[in-house]
Amino acid sequence: MSFESKLNEGEFFIPECTECKKIVWPPAEFCNHCFGVVSLKEGPFEGKIMEFSRQNEQYFCLVEFENTIKIIANISKIPIIGQKVKISKCGINAGNYFFQVI
Amino acid sequence: MNKVGIVGYGITPFTKDDKKIESILLDSAKELFKNNQKINRDDIDAVLVSTNNNSKYLSPILSEMAGIQPKIAHTIESLCNSGTNSIVSAYSYIASGLADMILITGAERYDSPGQILEWDNSRGEYKHPIFWASIFAKSYKRKFSISDEQLAIVSVKNHKQAKENPNALSNKTYTVEDVINSKKLTEDLRLLDCSRPCTGSASIILASEDKAKQLTDKPIWITGIGQKTTSAGFTKNSSFSSMESTKLAGQTALKMANKNSKDIDVAEIHDAFSVCEPMALESLGFSVGGRGMDMINELHDTNNFKINPRGGLIGSGHPLGATGIAQTIEITQQLQSNAGKRQVDNPKVGLVHNMSAAATSSTVLVLET
Repeated sequence: MSFESKLNEGEFFIPECTECKKIVWPPAEFCNHCFGVVSLKEGPFEGKIMEFSRQNEQYFCLVEFENTIKIIANISKIPIIGQKVKISKCGINAGNYFFQVI
Repeated sequence: MNKVGIVGYGITPFTKDDKKIESILLDSAKELFKNNQKINRDDIDAVLVSTNNNSKYLSPILSEMAGIQPKIAHTIESLCNSGTNSIVSAYSYIASGLADMILITGAERYDSPGQILEWDNSRGEYKHPIFWASIFAKSYKRKFSISDEQLAIVSVKNHKQAKENPNALSNKTYTVEDVINSKKLTEDLRLLDCSRPCTGSASIILASEDKAKQLTDKPIWITGIGQKTTSAGFTKNSSFSSMESTKLAGQTALKMANKNSKDIDVAEIHDAFSVCEPMALESLGFSVGGRGMDMINELHDTNNFKINPRGGLIGSGHPLGATGIAQTIEITQQLQSNAGKRQVDNPKVGLVHNMSAAATSSTVLVLET
């Protein structure tokens, strides 16, 4: 079970080192701190909107999870800085990750 | 360490031409040797190529096309700051005594694969550089209460300065209204806020002190080098309204040269997008946080070309692998008082700032007469 195989099934897990417990992001097989084996932590996770912009009618935002991971995600309503959000949809499309938050 | 100087350069106009990368590379190398006939190609110890192009073995290919049989020949790629990374590598070969004279050629096609960092999946479907630039712009504007109209001055200034640069992609001037009314790419970015990918080539020759003094009356010395890579992924940046890697690289370069930002008479700044110019000026210590636009406004109002005299990336175009070398050539021309209508008043110390992938990596060079 890898981060990408779960993401491909529409599930967002957080990769964490089994030895030092550090979150490993971007997802990798081994920890970039102690080279320990990485396992996947199950959600749901609450994120916080750090910044946002908009292309045409689509808002996109920079969201932080666990005070560590930051991703860029779609959001349908006008975002607010500091707003708490959850991942509502995610996956891999033509090789690219995609995330949506509400 | 041996002293290292710039002894020659060649640059050709930046265009939208559809040409083979090998031909583009040769364009500026040919120009270099035409303009510096004292340089004997048999004395070139290394040929370094700076590009993001996917073609292979480009340094041996350029060497063969230019009639050079170097000891060292390889390509250097680091997205948008490949050019100054190549200069740093060449500097190291000479400073260590492994080489005496090195040709560095940067080239790129308008459709460079280096524009998108496919690896950076944290950006989700927002991998094009306009999206990190939009986040930077929004964050900078929010933190320092800067408007789109204020940021537009960067583009107005740099297009104005590019008009005096015969090699620039742009030959037009624009008003603040033109920038604001240009195509809206995102809520925080217009077309004229962006540098444009293009086809271009720039070559430079570095040499040891003895060799440099034999070959030119006006060698320009590289006296400071600073580099810092904080991450590869955009979302790992610790701030979205300042540039940490630029700050650290700038401090290292200025310390090595025993200078501070007040000593810098002319600088090339990596303005991939309008917001990058004030952010970089602040991170390099030219201005305090949030006041970079004050400096830019004053320079623009007084027609002072101190920052980005060739028009920056916004005015000149951005052929990724050639950009850092073109920036270094501009500062060399300025310090040699050979910059034509772009010439700033009697500069002695210049600075080059070249960065990659949303400022995750920066290189800063200090050059002196």
